[in-house]
Amino acid sequence: MLHIKAHITGTVWKIEVAVGDTVGEGDIIAILESMKMEMPVETDDAGRITEILVKEGEAVTEGQPLATIETD
Amino acid sequence: MPAFRKVLIANRGEIACRIATVLRERGVASVAVHSEVDAGARHVRLADEAVAIGPAPVAQSYLNQDAVIEAALQTGAEAIHPGYGLLSENAGFARRVAAAGLVFIGPTPEAIDAMGDKARARETARAAGCPVVPGSDGPVDDDTAAAAIAASLGYPVLVKAAGGGGGIGMAIVESPEKLPRALTSCRDRGRSSFGNAAVYLEKYIERPRHIEVQVLFDHHGHGVHLFERECSVQRRHQKVIEEAPSPFVQRTPGLRDGLTRAALAAASAIGYRNAGTVEFVVGQDGAFYFIEMNTRLQVEHPVTEAITGVDLIGWQLEIAAGAPLTLLQDELVIRGAAIECRLYAEDPEKSFVPRPGRIGAFEPPTGEGVRFDTGVGPETDVTPYYDPMIAKLVTRGANRAEATTRALSALETLRLEGLTTNRDFLRAILATETFAAADYDTGWLERYVKANRKT
Repeated sequence: MLHIKAHITGTVWKIEVAVGDTVGEGDIIAILESMKMEMPVETDDAGRITEILVKEGEAVTEGQPLATIETD
Repeated sequence: MPAFRKVLIANRGEIACRIATVLRERGVASVAVHSEVDAGARHVRLADEAVAIGPAPVAQSYLNQDAVIEAALQTGAEAIHPGYGLLSENAGFARRVAAAGLVFIGPTPEAIDAMGDKARARETARAAGCPVVPGSDGPVDDDTAAAAIAASLGYPVLVKAAGGGGGIGMAIVESPEKLPRALTSCRDRGRSSFGNAAVYLEKYIERPRHIEVQVLFDHHGHGVHLFERECSVQRRHQKVIEEAPSPFVQRTPGLRDGLTRAALAAASAIGYRNAGTVEFVVGQDGAFYFIEMNTRLQVEHPVTEAITGVDLIGWQLEIAAGAPLTLLQDELVIRGAAIECRLYAEDPEKSFVPRPGRIGAFEPPTGEGVRFDTGVGPETDVTPYYDPMIAKLVTRGANRAEATTRALSALETLRLEGLTTNRDFLRAILATETFAAADYDTGWLERYVKANRKT
């Protein structure tokens, strides 16, 4: 079980995955918005999304877990 | 119409602070509006009154037209200054402000509309005798016709997908034999990316420079230009360093005359009122082409104020109140040179990601020829909700070299702790030989960043 974390402080603009989705390395998990810029958060690991920890529109800080992934 | 007694500022950050200061200097009462997270912001403290207009996201606060107009009516403000960005180029907002019996400090809604539609603006400018980038004027379906147009434009030409943007579906074609292949690939790209296979042709301007002309018109048919600014030092279409006068215009005979005449003609053609800027792309050969007109005050307006001694915001207020513009073209002169550096809360070491954070100790730079416009202060939060630009450093000198030296020294003495900014990046740019020689073009900064990227 690993956490996919926010790499910047901002707000969650879009969540691109749902619990149960299988994702591959480099897939976009969420798009964060900070200071008028949109920035995708990619996963470094392949696996299955087991938990989404934030909601769209929610403010997040750098390093905050956004989702949990179960790796193979 | 007498001068305003109270003005509402529909903006935030450094520009709202600047407008509040100008109002104070002129004895006009000011009203700030703010979002929830901006309750303690510097622009709120600088204004005489403040009205909360909604939560942090701009769509629910600073762009909430009802709330802004309601705040003006409630506080008895007679006019609204929109600043730049946000509601400043929204013709619908300008109409609603007028309908509420208030004055919109800016051009007429008709002028905003006329320049807001790119295709219409191009036609207006062309009709006024302003050169526009030569091209096919619409989609080209047929390869033979495309070849004829490309030959008349002269190679290199740019093939663009009609639905494209941001460089996608765009190809530079150097010679006739490469044209058919580029047409095919742009059509394919347009079809797959934008669902539109139409392509058009445009003359490709190599190593272009971005040069713009400031104009000011009153309601009595009198207008002047305040010379040019050069904004070629930019990355991803975001301006980083601007200056006035343009070093390229200074060394190109006849260019200033051509640019300023074209700018005045374009503005006159739409019966322009108040402050505006006509933007041009300029080739290395000195040929210039109209790009667009910004129907508002611009971020980089202070460099013009620095070299002309004209208070642009002050004139915006006078003109909106119906006063005649008493500046005469023959009396306006360029004194020295000025440079503006935009300080962004971003990390140049990590591909320029925005870096919100909290400012600890903060002391703006001071000294001869130094102006520092900012929306932040000590012990304040720079939140992720708004633009990353936190300050503009404007330095003026007897010449460009002196303005540059002053900028370098001011960036060094600025005390700003706790926040990651592009300060060192600005210093590095100013110290390059390319900047010193003003031998840059709009693509230079991107090339510089790429060449200096740590591997």
